[in-house]
Amino acid sequence: MSEVAEAPVPMPAKRRVAQLVMLALAVVIVMGAYANVGLAIDDQIPAGMLTYGLGLGGLMLIAYIVLAKFAPWADPLILPLVTVINGLGLVMIYRLESAKMPGASAANQIMWTAVGVVMFAATLLVIRDHRMLQRLTYTAGAIGLVLLAIPAVLPSSLSEVQGAKIWIRIGGFSIQPGEFAKLALVVFFAGYLVAKRDVLALAGRRLLLIDLPRARDLGPVLVTWALSLLVLVFEKDLGTSLLLFGTFIAMLYIATQRTSWVLIGVLLFAGGAFLAGMVFDHVGDRFQIWLNPSSDEFYNREIGGSFQIMQSLFGLGAGGILGTGLGQGNPDLIPLSFSDFIFAAVGEELGLTGLMALLMLYALLVERGLRTSLAAREPFSKLLAGGLSFILAWQVFIIVGGVTNLIPLTGLVTPFMSQGGSALLANWILIALLVRMSDSARKPPPQAIQNEGLTQVFQR
Amino acid sequence: MNKTLKRAAVACLVMFALLMINVNILQAVRAEELSGDSRNTRNYYARYAIERGRIVAGGKVIAQSVETESKKFRFAREYPDAKLYAHVTGFFSPESESAIERSENDLLDGSSADLLLRRSIDLFTGEPTKGANVEVTINPKAQKAAYDALRNSGKRGAVVALDPKTGAILAMVSLPTYDPTELSGTEKGKVFTRYDVLAKDKSQPLLNRTIGQTYPPGSTFKVVTMAAYLEDDSSRGPDTTIEAPQQLPLPNTNISLPNYGGAACGSGQVTLKFALERSCNTPFGKMGLELGYDKMKEQTEKFGMGEQIAVPMSVAQSDFGEKEDQAAVAMASIGQRSNRMTPLQMAMIAAGIGNNGTVMKPYLVNKITDAKGDSVDEAKPEELSQAVSPETAGKLSEMMVSVVNNGTANLAQVPGVQVAGKTGTAESGDRAAPHAWFISFAPAEDPKVALAVIVESGAANVGAEATGGHTAAPIAKAVLEAVLNK
Repeated sequence: MSEVAEAPVPMPAKRRVAQLVMLALAVVIVMGAYANVGLAIDDQIPAGMLTYGLGLGGLMLIAYIVLAKFAPWADPLILPLVTVINGLGLVMIYRLESAKMPGASAANQIMWTAVGVVMFAATLLVIRDHRMLQRLTYTAGAIGLVLLAIPAVLPSSLSEVQGAKIWIRIGGFSIQPGEFAKLALVVFFAGYLVAKRDVLALAGRRLLLIDLPRARDLGPVLVTWALSLLVLVFEKDLGTSLLLFGTFIAMLYIATQRTSWVLIGVLLFAGGAFLAGMVFDHVGDRFQIWLNPSSDEFYNREIGGSFQIMQSLFGLGAGGILGTGLGQGNPDLIPLSFSDFIFAAVGEELGLTGLMALLMLYALLVERGLRTSLAAREPFSKLLAGGLSFILAWQVFIIVGGVTNLIPLTGLVTPFMSQGGSALLANWILIALLVRMSDSARKPPPQAIQNEGLTQVFQR
Repeated sequence: MNKTLKRAAVACLVMFALLMINVNILQAVRAEELSGDSRNTRNYYARYAIERGRIVAGGKVIAQSVETESKKFRFAREYPDAKLYAHVTGFFSPESESAIERSENDLLDGSSADLLLRRSIDLFTGEPTKGANVEVTINPKAQKAAYDALRNSGKRGAVVALDPKTGAILAMVSLPTYDPTELSGTEKGKVFTRYDVLAKDKSQPLLNRTIGQTYPPGSTFKVVTMAAYLEDDSSRGPDTTIEAPQQLPLPNTNISLPNYGGAACGSGQVTLKFALERSCNTPFGKMGLELGYDKMKEQTEKFGMGEQIAVPMSVAQSDFGEKEDQAAVAMASIGQRSNRMTPLQMAMIAAGIGNNGTVMKPYLVNKITDAKGDSVDEAKPEELSQAVSPETAGKLSEMMVSVVNNGTANLAQVPGVQVAGKTGTAESGDRAAPHAWFISFAPAEDPKVALAVIVESGAANVGAEATGGHTAAPIAKAVLEAVLNK
């Protein structure tokens, strides 16, 4: 009878209207920022504002309708948060393009945003039950590895841009397969760890209050570690290497509840970083530069010096607390300010205030993802949602920490903001997966048959 | 898994907290250090981002910012009559500025705290901040007259004119000059190359000789010696007589002080007025010996020497010289030895005598108005010192008028105006021809202008009478006429 005495579980509300209002607000904020850039630069509202605004609004409306129809119980905050972040990135790229910054192209980015939203909708439509992904664990793993390996295998002429061998370039078209590999690998990690977590959680010896795993269970960690090192060696991509390894360790910890895995991971990472620092000059230099970016020796170095990071810090300093205002600073002085360094560009024009708000948006997004993970009902969903949320937070930490010199700089895109189609598509798919899981987690469970004598009530 | 998930959530929270703390440190704590870093090129672009205020002289714009087509450099600095006002306006180069551009920089670029109210209003009305306008005290007519006259002499030199009653600087010319436009471009390479050429030029075109260079004042300094001598005993006057030998033996040495060109001075016993008219050396050497170092030094200090003066550009220190022996005092009393004066200091001496003995603090900035024309600050004339009593000033004035009317400076005479003046010929030590000096004020009874002229190596080496009168006095005359509208 104890079940009867329990208070009824509060029904999560759908909050669809709230989501629509917030989505509209997100679009309004972005349009306002867009108008602001035009007013600051040319003293007039940009001619394309209505087109862009309506375009963005229309896109989000489509996303909303698909979401409302096919994932009605999903968290109402996720889509508006992503819309604001994506939109601010667009505005920043538009602003840099107006400053005639070579490489910045707002039209390209809005096109990719549109494709991203289509991918979001398609993912929601195709993956009606995310648990099907669990059956694809090893397929996902294989896909992930192949995607990750392609640029390393391709000749440099087809895969290398500015020293990072992470592209596939065919004609004028280029994608970064690593961005999609990231998703596939998180799916693989989740499926694999759910299956093996009991074994991996088994304790071996106990040393200094820590239960060490059995030596033979070290296999998966060592394989992932080796994989990360290979990425580092053959693709010179410190960022992705760190991103994947860190995410794996976090998911391993979540799955097995063993702190020892985290320690082993940190030790392996430290060892790997040390090795890499010894073998590759550019890795060791990154560390030195991180410690002392303002020294003239590094600043004046032609290649691989601290010029970039210092420009980023100068931009942030120039922004100060309130920023220069959109269109009124000089973010075009920061190299790559439309991609890797877009966070510094925002910092210059929107100031500390804008950056705190932006970080808060990311933190909220991650928090909604982790909440989904907590609310999920079976281990695979928990681990997948947890892993996807963590990789988002971890990626923001690595790149934002890098451009603000909190940690050594490694190249990664700022999720949803940096210019680049691959990352945008992959991240929109990531959001679709979170939304899918959020829907299933918040959906009220089918009501049990109630004990009301002989009457059976069916809940539809 | 919820336990570990919650821990992972805390880890994410910590990561975001670290990012936020770091951004706060960068943008709040270290913002000034980072944005002020000399390698931060934003400062370079920022120099051209706002409309810098104008510099105006007597209703005439002498420096202004004009909008350009370029997006990177929105405003360019322009100097109409660039060379004429070069040492007043200064230049505005990519990394530095000089003269008024430098000393009034925070007003011109609008960053001064005095403009806080204006900036706040602009913030609300959405108008772009503009710098304040600086009105200088220069009288364009006098400036032009001084520039042309000095240029016609073909020599290096300086002219500075003051309003004796206020201390306002009416003309400030230093030759050779330079073109500030060349140093105010946005192309660093071009500007810096040009600057290096000018800086290395032996004729020192970047030097403002009126305030940045000291010269031996020569005979013009005799008015100071005379002032000290009259102050020392109020019964003395223009007609008091003094010994004027052909040679004045200097104590404790075997050399003696001759008159200019070794000439005699009257009958050997002359009036003070005559001594000044003829600019004899021996009577003034004698006065110096009689007064001694301390009294002479005291008199120079009363005329403002030894005081740190900024107009607002800082003025080089004039100096009577260290205390040595009596022979040195005698030499310094006729403006030689280690006696060194800036042309501005000499003009202040003339102005002080003209203004009943009161020396006014010289200043160059008359008025600051914000972009809307509202006054931000206005110069208030200040007394610097009481150099001599009004009686002494009157006696000196009378004698100086006589110098122009009957003595060495007849070339400075202006029809219908009583001009007071004193010529000077200063040996500069090296073998070059001596410098020609002239200090003056007019009209003597109610002076409107006081000035000092120096023409470097401008005195012909012909052994004639004090030849400062020959080259420097006509330049002074041109300036006097310009100010007095004659």
